[in-house]
Amino acid sequence: MLNQLTISGLTGKLAKREVSAREAMQSCLDQIARVDGKIHAFISHNAADALVQADAADKEISGGTNHSQKPLLGIPVAVKDVLAVKNQPLNCGSKILGKFISPYDATVVEKLKAAGAIVFGRLNMDEFAMGSSTENSAFGLTRNPWDTTRIPGGSSGGSAAAVAADETIAALGSDTGGSIRQPAALCGCVGLKPTYGRVSRYGLVAFASSLDQIGPLTKDVRDAATMLGVIGGHDPRDSTSVPQPVPDYAANLTGGIKGLKLGLPKEYMIGGLDPEVKAAIDTAVKQFEKLGVEIVEISLPHTDYGVSVYYIIATAEASANLARFDGIRYGARVDGADPIELYNRTRGAGFGAEVKRRVILGTYVLSSGYYDAYYLRAQKVRTLIRNDFLQAFEKVDAIVTPTSPTAAFKIGEKSDDPLQMYLSDIFTISCNLAGICGISIPCGFTQNPKLPIGLQLLGRPFGEETLLKIAHAYESGTLWHEEKPAILSELNHSA
Amino acid sequence: MSTAQFDIQYIAHLARLQLTPDEEKKLGAQLGGILSYIEKLKALDVTGVEPTAHAMPMTNVTRPDAVRPSLPHNDALRNAPAKANGLFMVPKIVE
Repeated sequence: MLNQLTISGLTGKLAKREVSAREAMQSCLDQIARVDGKIHAFISHNAADALVQADAADKEISGGTNHSQKPLLGIPVAVKDVLAVKNQPLNCGSKILGKFISPYDATVVEKLKAAGAIVFGRLNMDEFAMGSSTENSAFGLTRNPWDTTRIPGGSSGGSAAAVAADETIAALGSDTGGSIRQPAALCGCVGLKPTYGRVSRYGLVAFASSLDQIGPLTKDVRDAATMLGVIGGHDPRDSTSVPQPVPDYAANLTGGIKGLKLGLPKEYMIGGLDPEVKAAIDTAVKQFEKLGVEIVEISLPHTDYGVSVYYIIATAEASANLARFDGIRYGARVDGADPIELYNRTRGAGFGAEVKRRVILGTYVLSSGYYDAYYLRAQKVRTLIRNDFLQAFEKVDAIVTPTSPTAAFKIGEKSDDPLQMYLSDIFTISCNLAGICGISIPCGFTQNPKLPIGLQLLGRPFGEETLLKIAHAYESGTLWHEEKPAILSELNHSA
Repeated sequence: MSTAQFDIQYIAHLARLQLTPDEEKKLGAQLGGILSYIEKLKALDVTGVEPTAHAMPMTNVTRPDAVRPSLPHNDALRNAPAKANGLFMVPKIVE
């Protein structure tokens, strides 16, 4: 079935005129109709608009436009509800934006469209990207396709679940502390967080401006490389985007990785790491050694402070970024006798519990009398964390870690204990603080139940080429990424 | 860095966030726990360490001071909860 293909698989068939973009898009829509009632990866999707885009792609293909010119021509790509798509709803998984319809396209959406992609859907997420389980959405939770009593991860849970369940060929998510990589690991797909500044944030609703990055969730590493090549690049509309040329990531994937050095940080293989996850990582490390890679033990001494630093900096930045949701220019409004009362009531009614928690924490750490002790100190420790990585990259080409300490946990298991939820981000969080790039790839499964396990690779700033090459080499020798959740065949038979 | 001074009502006021008494209690307790965890940062020696505000520091990112098209007026107003005469409607600010 066409929805089961990768980007490379589908572009091949489209180029040979074996299938049409309309057939491919319809195949995804049929899959959504079959499985999304159970999984709820999508908050909404506009089927008619998607088919109009598909027809336009078909017209271009028959007119002679090829995939060297437009690498995503005819490919369905679904987007996280945090990205602006012109004339589509933009809610960030929250009530506070009400019936907001975006008047513009995010830069990444413009780039996807220019590359010929069919941009569709509003993928479910933790509200304002705050969460690790997609349980914080105002539109209901998303279920893990591998076990629907479990979470898909977050905050890009909808993106990961949709890719894992073949509801879309590829998806975009956003990552501030692991929100692409962790759900990718928990759902068994590939998730890439580019170096900070690699991809424009124009049109990404900001959570933490010094940490956020947009990135792809895909079925294999080649697709992630293709997507990054399309969405990456300097953008004058994002003053934090870096004027670094975009290499041809997909073309530079193959070729051996013999002689490269992979660092194994001793602080990451700790207690609290699920024994099955540890076993999978150990096996993967042996696989890398077979590929001729040298494994080097390294130290990232400030690992233990990552979560603390993150929950000061990210919440502080979030408290500033979310001040704009005040019921004045857009979104839902609860009236008041004066503006202050209007703000208080609008925000009190519109924000969910996790958002309130973080806004309050962020406001506190920035407040007079506490700024130095919390925010300034956290920024200094951020320097120490960044230096840990830069020093490590003098010795090794990339760093290998588990993506998450455990496989997917049960719905409701951590939702009463925010701190426990935060601690589950321990392996992904430092990457955003340091601004480096990271990717999660499937590396195995737990036994009973069968749940995906993710391997994380961390690379130098703008080191995505090497990162993708290493990931691709590992993937080429394994079959984890080709496995599909059992629910798909169950639901297909009952359809 | 004492967490005893965590005045949730004052912080909620700064954040323009109305909390129910139940929320105040629950959030207050949860945030107390989180702040206790964060105390571990106090143990680190950060003398002489420069703060990092941005992982990829860029300086003086400007554009030419030239007029360009911006979001059309109507588009900007389209999502307004209340509007009139091409303006956003707000409650009275000054007496």
